[in-house]
This record gives sequence, C-alpha cells and structure tokens, in this order.
Amino acid sequence: MSLQTKAMQDDPTLNPATFWIMDGESMWTQKHSPQSPACSECHGQVNTNMKGVSATFPKSVKNRLLNLDGQINQCRTTQQQQPAWPLESKSLLSMSVLIANQSKGMPIVANQQPETQAALKAGEALFKQRMGHVNLSCAQCHDERYGMRLAGSTIPQAHPTAYPIYRLEWQTVGSLQRRLRNCMTAVRAQLFEPDAQEWLQLELYLMWRARGMLIESPGVRP
Amino acid sequence: MTRPLRTIVTAPPQAKRGQVISVRVLAQHPMENGFRHNEHGQRIERDILTDFICLYNGIEVFRAKLHTGIAANPLIEFNTLALESGELSFEWRDGDGLSTIAKARIEVI
Amino acid sequence: MTIQRRDCLAWLSALGLAPHSIAFASTDQAKQAIQTLVGDQTIQTGRVLLDIPPLIENGNSVVMTLRVESPMTEQDHVKSVHVLAEGNPLPHILSAYFTPRSGRAQVMSRVRLAENQRVWAIAQMSNGSFWQGYADTLVTTSACTEER
Repeated sequence: MSLQTKAMQDDPTLNPATFWIMDGESMWTQKHSPQSPACSECHGQVNTNMKGVSATFPKSVKNRLLNLDGQINQCRTTQQQQPAWPLESKSLLSMSVLIANQSKGMPIVANQQPETQAALKAGEALFKQRMGHVNLSCAQCHDERYGMRLAGSTIPQAHPTAYPIYRLEWQTVGSLQRRLRNCMTAVRAQLFEPDAQEWLQLELYLMWRARGMLIESPGVRP
Repeated sequence: MTRPLRTIVTAPPQAKRGQVISVRVLAQHPMENGFRHNEHGQRIERDILTDFICLYNGIEVFRAKLHTGIAANPLIEFNTLALESGELSFEWRDGDGLSTIAKARIEVI
Repeated sequence: MTIQRRDCLAWLSALGLAPHSIAFASTDQAKQAIQTLVGDQTIQTGRVLLDIPPLIENGNSVVMTLRVESPMTEQDHVKSVHVLAEGNPLPHILSAYFTPRSGRAQVMSRVRLAENQRVWAIAQMSNGSFWQGYADTLVTTSACTEER
C-alpha cells in the first residue's frame, strides 16, 4: 500500500475505522434486555480483558471451529439470548473491529489445538488449489508472485494482519471473508456458501501462515 | 441524516495568540454519490454531506461545499488564526438540510 | 496506443453494450463549470498549488492538498477556491471559502477520481481576480474487486 494509505491507517484521526471502534465501544456496555447481560457484565473492560484475544482466532471452541465473528455471535445467542448478527452487518463489524483493535501491535498466535489440525490442512489445500475460470490458486499470486504487479497494484503476500479493514474499494469496513470473496470473484470462481467451513479453514491457514506477525487492526487497504 | 453524525475533531486545546492552527475534522458518512447500483440493478439514491462550516466564537472562519467527488467518510483539514480563547464549532449539513454540530474549546495565551 | 476508458464506454454505448453507464464529465463540462464560476474574467495561471499524488492506488480515496499563495490580510486574501475534475461524472468536487482569519489559504481533503484526468483549482481573490492551477493524475484501481 502507498505511503498515504499507511498514514491513513496509522492515525486514528485519519482512519475512518475509528468510527467503527466508537460504535463497538457503545455496544460493549449496551444491555438489550433486563435478562440479557451486556458484554461488559461478563468480560469487564474491553481494553484490558480483550487484549490478545483476536490474535488467537480462529480456534476450536466446544468442538466448533470459530473465527472472531463466530465467537461474537456465539456469545450473542447463548449468553445474551439475542439473535446472531448477520455477516458484514454494521453491528458485527463494529464489535469485531473493537475487539481486534485491542490486539493491535501484538503477534498472531499460531493455533496449536490438535482438533484444528485437519482444518488447517484443508485450509492449506484450498490455498494451493487452482480455482475459477482464471484457474489460479492463492499461492500462485501470494506465495510465488508477491511484489510483482497486477492491474496497477503490487501483489501482497496476503497476510490477514489488519482485519477487519477499511477498504478504499468498498469505502467502508469489511471482514476477511468479504476480501476473500473479492479474490474468488476476480478469478471467476464459484463462491463457497456464506456459512461454509471452507472460509474458516482458509482463515485458519492464513493466520497460521502469518504467525508471529503483528496485528494492525483496523487496517486501511486499497 | 437519520441519526446524529459521528465526527472526530482534532484541534489544539491551547495556542499562542496570532498562531496559525491546523484543524482536522472527520465525519462518518457514506457520501453515496447516486451513481452506484444495488444488487437488483436499481440506482442507490444520492445522499451526501453538502456543507461544512467552522465558527470561532460565533464568527465564520472557514466554510466548504462538498460534492459527490468527496470520498466517503469525509476528511477536511484547514487552518485558522488563534486570536482569542473560546469555542470552535464545526457544523456538517447534508442534502436534506439536517445538521450536526460538534464543538471544541480553545485557550489562547 | 492507449484506449481511454471513456472512449471504450462510448464505443460500447454505440454498440448498445454499455453497462448502466454513467455519462462521464468531459473536459468541456469542466470548462463550462469553470466558465460559470468566472464569467468573462480572465484567469491568471499561478499562485494556486494543487497537490495530488501522480500515481493513485485507488480512485475512491485520494489525498488532495490545495494551497494558494496569499498574505491573507483584510486587504488581500483568498475568498474562495473551487476544485473541478475533467473526468468525473460531475465536475465539482469541493469549494473552500476562506476569510482573513484563516491564517493560511490551505485545505486538505480526500477526493474521488474516476479515471486518469486533469484536476483544476480556481481561486478567487479579495480583489475579484481569478487564478488557476492544476494537477494531472494517473488513477489505477485495486485488483480483485466485487461484481459491482
């Protein structure tokens, strides 16, 4: 990304995602009903107790592979008795941005759970699998050709260190899954279903591949 | 604007008399330009912030008119002379005439 | 030979193949808008510095800094500056109105640029005179976008 884009990311008074953090902060202490606890009632202060949390996702929770969005919705439905937030909704993104921001500057933790190893292998296979009309795999661009150019942009290594991101192309904040959909659309591949395991397997592999890299969330990207 | 606009104001709380200070304002707004289409092929209606006005103790010191060519989540950085202590107000207006005002205090020494 | 995007759209329109096409502003439309601002006064070139990166990563959000040389006194200051694009669907981008209390006739914002184009900045001084500056830009778009 350009120097301007990096400057936009690094300064909260320039980064539009700051507004999503503010929305998340409002929601953290919000009670939806007398019986339903606010996030803060179980988790306390977000800026102390959520530190490092997003760096450990995706992970297996009660035998389900969950990413951060999935964990947020798990809390919503089981602890707060509220409906799950739809993917890419303002509410889910704001909460996700808030929590991911608490891990800013911390290294991504490689998942070591034995029960996720199969999913990790599946994710790696997906990353290396040719797909779509264009018949390209993620690896062909992002492992073999990073640094080269595609349609005027420099091909990155594609590490998910900054998600959720404010993408200039979307002019709003979006999730890793949305960004992966853009890639799959670009190679004219049929997208996985929104609740498919493939998204989580890919995310698990990408985070493993980026292990040790520092989280930048919320990032700005072209 | 159906709900209060979120804005961030970055202005120095203190300045020397006669100093040129820099003020930065950021507003959360999609600046829907009216040229995009939804997934059903229908045009999404234009909805943009159209005006920004900065008053310094009630006197206009800077104003901007925004058009569809301003990026989403508009950012404006401008200058003003620190002449007296008091209040800076920052008003954003949209195409429907709705307005949101943020304020900041400045101490001039 | 480079094919301009607007030529492409024009050809596609002629063939009846254009997508929901936006009529992009032409250089003429921008010139017309400038004409409306200025009337029959002459525009002098200079004093107006328009800073846009020459190569733009994504046209949806481009940092633009505009500065007009002026003492910014009661007697001699910049009243307004107007930014117009030759290649956007609509030419007007931003108008900034300064006062002698502005200290500096400078404004920074983030703008949308639809394609490679020239962007103009027309300033009006307190004595009524008009001055102009411009910047030429190359706009690339991100790889890997959504359908729409």
